Amino acid sequence: MTDTVKEVQKKEAELEKGVERTREVRVYTPSVDIIEKKNDIVILADMPGVDENTVDVTIEKDLLTIYGKIEPEIPENHKLVISEYGVGDYQRTFTISNEIDRDHIRATVSDGVLKLVLPKAEKEKTRKIPVLGNA
Amino acid sequence: MTTTYLERLLDPWREFDRMSRLLNRTSSSLSSEYPAVNVWVNGENAVITTEIPGIDRETIDISVSGNTVSLSGSRPSEETKEEESYHRHELWHGKFNKTVKLPFNIDAEKVKATYRKGVLHISLPQLEADKPKKININ
Repeated sequence: MTDTVKEVQKKEAELEKGVERTREVRVYTPSVDIIEKKNDIVILADMPGVDENTVDVTIEKDLLTIYGKIEPEIPENHKLVISEYGVGDYQRTFTISNEIDRDHIRATVSDGVLKLVLPKAEKEKTRKIPVLGNA
Repeated sequence: MTTTYLERLLDPWREFDRMSRLLNRTSSSLSSEYPAVNVWVNGENAVITTEIPGIDRETIDISVSGNTVSLSGSRPSEETKEEESYHRHELWHGKFNKTVKLPFNIDAEKVKATYRKGVLHISLPQLEADKPKKININ
């Protein structure tokens, strides 16, 4: 039977084929908003439990990866009686184009929300290719 | 228990029964509402944690009455200008209101709440006193 209950569920991140984890933790895919503005692209990612010391933003080739490490806080001597969400790390990877000025990406974390501002490179904003006639 | 089609047909109450069981199950499930909560109990104390990233802490409201805790708050959606466009729009926005029932009455005076890194953490000690009280976030 299918449950009709609409759940607010965290999605577990998928691993690439043939890759295994070395830490015994769950890894979730954070929900994101990606907003294209005039001069930059803004990525907002919900990563509750993460702060500026536990989040990594890395760029390798065309891949921008965000990784948030979580130290689960378990109340001492308490038993979990209702469990609606799981706790674990966060990981998500985005492809970025040459249009982005990689040296000036800014990242901030506030109340568990990671904000990345990816500025568009000045010279790449528009590039006009002259079309030559066959004179 | 197995029944034949004819038996089921002759017993309309069975279907009614099945439906009400289904409905009960749905309404008693907490997971239908944002935000998801985890509840920890150790007999005389309970801890509720919930992940509500990006919430304006001024809007978080926790009220306690008897054995019931109500949580509410809101997260306004980002305002977008005309030249802006969303490529992904997955973040939760809006107002939430969630009620959690504990197995005991709560001492409203001693409830403590913190909101750090997008995680709300509420500690609720037990007491027989039954007076409702509003708790402010530190």
